[in-house]
Amino acid sequence: MMLWSDPRWTDALSHLPDYLGSHIRVSLAALTLGLLISFPLALVARNRPRLRGTLLGFASIVQTVPGLALLALFYPLLLALAALSAQWLGFSFSAFGFLPSVLALALYSMLPVLRNTITGLQGVDAAITEAAQGVGMTPRQSLLMVELPLALPVIMAGIRTAAVWVIGTATLSTPIGQTSLGNHIFAGLQTQNWVFVLFGCIAAAALALLVDGLLALIETGVQRRSRIRIITGILAVLALVAAALVPSMSRARQAYVVGAKTFTEQYILAALLTDRLQANGLPAIQRTGLGSNVIFDALAAGDIDVYVDYSGTLWANQLHRTDIKPRAELLAELGETLAARDKVTLLGQLGFENAYALVMPRKRAEALGIRSITDLAAHAGDMSIAGDYEFFSRPEWAGIRKAYGLDFRQQRQMQPDFMYAAAASGEVDVIAGYTSDGLIAKYDLVVLDDPKHAIPPYDAVVLLSPKRADDAKLRAALQPLLGKIDISAMREANLRASGNNAASSAADVANWLWDRIGAPH
Amino acid sequence: MSDVAPLIAFEHVGKGFDRGRVRAVDDVSLTIRAGEFLAIVGSSGSGKTTLLRLANRLIAPDHGVVRIDGENIADSDPIALRRRIGYVFQSGGLFPHMSVADNIGITPRLLRWPAEEIASRVEALMDLVRLDRQVHRDRFPHQLSGGQRQRVGVARALAAKPRIVLMDEPFGALDPLTRAALAEDYRALHQDLDLTTVMITHDMAEAVLLADRIAVMRGGQLVAQGTAADLAATDDAYVDELLQTPRRQAERLQALLPRGSAT
Repeated sequence: MMLWSDPRWTDALSHLPDYLGSHIRVSLAALTLGLLISFPLALVARNRPRLRGTLLGFASIVQTVPGLALLALFYPLLLALAALSAQWLGFSFSAFGFLPSVLALALYSMLPVLRNTITGLQGVDAAITEAAQGVGMTPRQSLLMVELPLALPVIMAGIRTAAVWVIGTATLSTPIGQTSLGNHIFAGLQTQNWVFVLFGCIAAAALALLVDGLLALIETGVQRRSRIRIITGILAVLALVAAALVPSMSRARQAYVVGAKTFTEQYILAALLTDRLQANGLPAIQRTGLGSNVIFDALAAGDIDVYVDYSGTLWANQLHRTDIKPRAELLAELGETLAARDKVTLLGQLGFENAYALVMPRKRAEALGIRSITDLAAHAGDMSIAGDYEFFSRPEWAGIRKAYGLDFRQQRQMQPDFMYAAAASGEVDVIAGYTSDGLIAKYDLVVLDDPKHAIPPYDAVVLLSPKRADDAKLRAALQPLLGKIDISAMREANLRASGNNAASSAADVANWLWDRIGAPH
Repeated sequence: MSDVAPLIAFEHVGKGFDRGRVRAVDDVSLTIRAGEFLAIVGSSGSGKTTLLRLANRLIAPDHGVVRIDGENIADSDPIALRRRIGYVFQSGGLFPHMSVADNIGITPRLLRWPAEEIASRVEALMDLVRLDRQVHRDRFPHQLSGGQRQRVGVARALAAKPRIVLMDEPFGALDPLTRAALAEDYRALHQDLDLTTVMITHDMAEAVLLADRIAVMRGGQLVAQGTAADLAATDDAYVDELLQTPRRQAERLQALLPRGSAT
């Protein structure tokens, strides 16, 4: 197979120093914080049954929360805290990326450390602790000279478990803005670049095994009183930390940060915006794979500087509006409100819409005589519909259902990239797709008309953070994109990026798109 | 015995466990003179171990007073107290992660003796309890036989030059030969170092052979005390029962070894 000679390996490798460095920084910070909290707590709780039960119960509950959800929960929490701190203490901090990731991962690391430290200490033979008392040790001396050394293997096993968990779970900190090896994985999943996914998984696993091995080395060193092992292990961990800190030191501090949500089109547009900034001499970096609940707040807080959102999404999620206005009116009101309320600048439209649309196979639609959602309503009782993870809880869906009286036999949620294939194969009858998706043409699907205008307009718009509002250079760099990307260009770009070949990376497709929309030759 | 002030005195000491439902030690008064070797004999649950632990404040009495050198130990610092009293634990109580030398030197180390002094003390003690310095110094407890472990336990108890040694069934888990050898060695040490020893045992024969005086406990109470001869003269049924075994052993040995050749 050509798998190993695929140029995408080189592409993935070029991101490795940045992603791996960030991954190590966030993992080690979380692990250190987790240890600093859990270890003293375990010492305090070991002889207090009630506190012990409460702590272990709490840590177990934390463990049952899916890693992605735990990380996502910390973002709004910190955002609220940052706002409070700004109001009462006069300073604010970034609730984006590093801090929420470290806190959530530290919480995640607590259970194995707490449980193993307590179990390890309780497992020390009572005759031995009594002897420690009998020879005249203070409780502190007994702990340090006898109990901890004897419990060490169990405690270290807990720390190693925590390390492996944290390093693995840190890949999920990408959507809240922390660069990690998860960037490989999320980008790869969205653009169907399996080389990236594989690369990210292998790198994270290798890192976890390496750290586990180093901790094991320290552990056996302590047990066998081998200074060489202990020192080698500690030096290697320190070297890892040092290596992780170097790239962050050298990174340009004033770089523009381009954000992207977690789907293909966003990766392409982020790459395109970044290229444009760099081509105009503005240093720019990307923060991709951000959750759609996180990204607007991150922009308003200045953690990212620019990204592309959609008018209908902002209308519903930020303005909490359910009424639907014509395209131009909605845009104008949106721009005014965001500027007044969040100091966010709506720079302009790119030219295409990425609206939700009900989509079904062309042949089936023709056979049933379905052209619009009105026609569909009569057949919906016998049909199943699939949407992305958020569609069915969005106001648009409620609006469509109400306007057309839709009532499907079954609703399913799935990964957006798989929906189209599911519709084409008949796995589901109708999908809530996106109008700019290239797969609509590829699978010979048809977008159903919306005669009642129940679906709001979704113009792709460029948003600027408050601190970049008056940045003339930035505006000039992005100006050539406005109004230039039509729906067919975007569809084709998305189709190219969803291909599983070497030219399907977001950067390559962004280059193609720039050429297509009339780069000055 | 009344003309010399006792070194250790239990005065109407009581201790209950499980919120007073179990009276482990019930109003015990007992004195031990300096230089005396006292054995406390009783079956398990008789309260003998509790009584011993009260002497170095491993537990505190519910009522009554324990005095050492006339001073109420409740007024003394328990840590300092334990460092000047040797304690030999049942089956050794050695620290499994420390070498023989580190185990023996632990109390001097806690007392912050200089390192050279600890080292020479450890060597002297290994000679004293007849352990081979070269062979055993750097071994760990799991690499020793039961008898060697107990020798280390004795050496550790003696390390900080205590006047008092408390022993909790020190030889109980050993085979009879090792046990006899170790007991005799210890008796000699007791004499040579001018120690005051309180030893717990459930074995009356051992008590008769080693101790100057024997205290018998039952159900938390002191039922008899005195020399072996004193005990033999009492008409207490329980004491009599305890003396049955050594008596029978003595008779059988007499019958089997009529010439009374040297033991």
